[in-house]
Amino acid sequence: MHIKEGLKERHTLSVTVTNEPGVLARIAGMFTARGYNIESLTVADITEDDSISRITIVTAGTPAVIEQVVAQLDRMVPVHKVTDLTLLGDHVERELALVKVAGTGDHRIEALRLAEVFRANVVDTTISSFVFEVTGASTKIDRFVELMKEIGLVEVARTGIVAMARGKEAI
Amino acid sequence: MPKEQSGANILVEALCDLGVEVIFGYPGGAVLPIYDALFQQKRIRHILVRHEQAATHAAEGYARATGKPGVVLVTSGPGATNAVTGITDALMDSIPMVVITGQVATHLIGSDAFQEADTVGITRHCTKHNYLVKSPETLGNVIHEAFHIATTGRPGPVVVDIPKDVQVATAPYKKPGTINHASYRPQIKGDIKLIEAAVEMLAAAERPILYTGGGIINSGPAASQILRELARITGAPVTSTLMGLGAYPASGEAWLGMLGMHGTYEANWAMNQADLIVCLGARFDDRVTGRLDAFAPKAKKIHVDIDRSSMNKTVRVDLPIVGDVGHVMEDMVKVWKARQHTKADLSAWWTQIDEWRAKKSLSYPPSTTEIMPQAAVQALWNATHKKNPIITTEVGQHQMWAAQHFHFESPNKWLTSGGLGTMGYGLPAAIGAQLGNPNALVIDIAGEASIQMNIQELATATQYRLPVKIFILNNEYMGMVRQWQELTYSSRYSESYSDALPDFVKLGEAYGWKGIRIETPDQLESGIAEMLAYDGPVIVDCLVAKVANCFPMIPSGASHVEMILADDQVSGELDDEAKALV
Repeated sequence: MHIKEGLKERHTLSVTVTNEPGVLARIAGMFTARGYNIESLTVADITEDDSISRITIVTAGTPAVIEQVVAQLDRMVPVHKVTDLTLLGDHVERELALVKVAGTGDHRIEALRLAEVFRANVVDTTISSFVFEVTGASTKIDRFVELMKEIGLVEVARTGIVAMARGKEAI
Repeated sequence: MPKEQSGANILVEALCDLGVEVIFGYPGGAVLPIYDALFQQKRIRHILVRHEQAATHAAEGYARATGKPGVVLVTSGPGATNAVTGITDALMDSIPMVVITGQVATHLIGSDAFQEADTVGITRHCTKHNYLVKSPETLGNVIHEAFHIATTGRPGPVVVDIPKDVQVATAPYKKPGTINHASYRPQIKGDIKLIEAAVEMLAAAERPILYTGGGIINSGPAASQILRELARITGAPVTSTLMGLGAYPASGEAWLGMLGMHGTYEANWAMNQADLIVCLGARFDDRVTGRLDAFAPKAKKIHVDIDRSSMNKTVRVDLPIVGDVGHVMEDMVKVWKARQHTKADLSAWWTQIDEWRAKKSLSYPPSTTEIMPQAAVQALWNATHKKNPIITTEVGQHQMWAAQHFHFESPNKWLTSGGLGTMGYGLPAAIGAQLGNPNALVIDIAGEASIQMNIQELATATQYRLPVKIFILNNEYMGMVRQWQELTYSSRYSESYSDALPDFVKLGEAYGWKGIRIETPDQLESGIAEMLAYDGPVIVDCLVAKVANCFPMIPSGASHVEMILADDQVSGELDDEAKALV
């Protein structure tokens, strides 16, 4: 006997939750408990009084699984609103990365040149290294990191995806 | 400003304000302040169980039989972890329950202190919601919110973990007003447009069926009444899940019996051949649907449920209606009448159903030498149904035989562990039900294996003089395991024999119960009469046929129309696909 799996789609969800202890564990744990995927998860408070956090989750599953993910999130007590940005239509997704590159001579010059092409900022420098801050779609960051490997990539830190629907309306 | 009082007193005050009459619990180090506060008051009755798991099942039984939330109080660490099975059981069966757990003092949390466990972490995914209370100032509101969440929407268990220093520290407490939760707002009324569409579908259907579930019981007794009205005006046949038994009377004209794995031939065939299934407060559980890709192939499906996540979870439906099933059915009846629909001519459908009924799928091979377990349940029903008893069960063959052969006429009379399938549920649930209904006849129909999983609760019934009855169908096997081994593994009975059984009569007597043994068919009626005549707890050890199987049965991986009946030859081996299914 072999275990079969269905065709998966990638969806980006925006979830607003009451900012209380354990809320992230509750959300993340629901995904593991029900066998759903998390490709990326970001969370930060978005209100002046620290009362509500916005979580952006990128998940993958069959359309039926995605519908369940949304419904399961929606029924959790501290969850205010769940929006499937992918279903909603056009939206922007951005990610920020810090990329440390070491090298001297030509490598150093090439790193700066590539950084300019990718509109990455230098946020730290020594005689033999840079830390670049690069923002954009995940694929852009992937490419930047890939290029830096040739030059002298030391380490990478990425935020995961934040996303928002286009247009004037709030979700 | 109200006067300051300890967290323990705030808890007791809040419970009183919430109308709590009974708590099921077990003391320990981390709840001593609460037990002291309970000692000094008379409004709440504490029932001392013998194991924390039993406290949770007793609370479930109390809740299921009374409609009120069950309340549990246990200590930290092992107290809380022992309660986890019952908490999960309540989650699966949507039982309103609030579990108060003691916790080590806040400054000790995370230090691996004595009897420390991460209770909120452990119970996060087996509760509807849970709380760790870090100050006595917030305790009162948390308790009120916990009851609000446990009892509204789809009911479920809520855990409130209270560190010992929070029980001792003081703060003012004031009863809060109406709870207006920022994010938790269950939808009670269904969308009227969808309800109108549902009514039109029902009016146009030629082969409709009402597939009802535990949601109707949870909605309250009025929902059962409105279901009867809906069935009457539409003329549609009614079937029910295990959890929904009693919502529609078994003596009702439209009753087809239970559906699903051990449901009747007519109920399962009607589901398979229906052109419209109206699912009312049920959730297309795997025990109901059988093989999903062959489930109800000809039917449009309407699903009424208070939990949006139940919609399209396993079965795609054509018309999902989110709302309390009682309210939605009431609106359906109103719309039906306002549009002056009359009962459609369903005579062809009923003729077909009568043909399926004629199979008499619940029949079983009779015996004059052995007591057939089905006959024992029938005898029990004959002797007791006029008293409108509350029946609890353990889990296994006896549970299914009880569901098949004990006929329920009203809601809140049938308490069983459906979703989680917890052996050891029945005795503590009977204790809880009896406390909520002191004058009712409460019987736990049990198996000799299951009953041993919470047998220590015999003492609880003795202590509180609860006249519960246990009726053991003793076949010396974990019968359902043995049946599956017979059907799936060529009768290789791996570890399913109940060896070294206690003498249940003497065991009962040791705990102060009356013990009765029934060994032959001619003793059955008199044994039951003797049980009923005794004003106190009775344990009946009824020796039944050892290898009787529970039929009809939809085997693993089969569809509704591939049911096995009692006279089919079934022993054998199943393929791996079927073996992988539970």
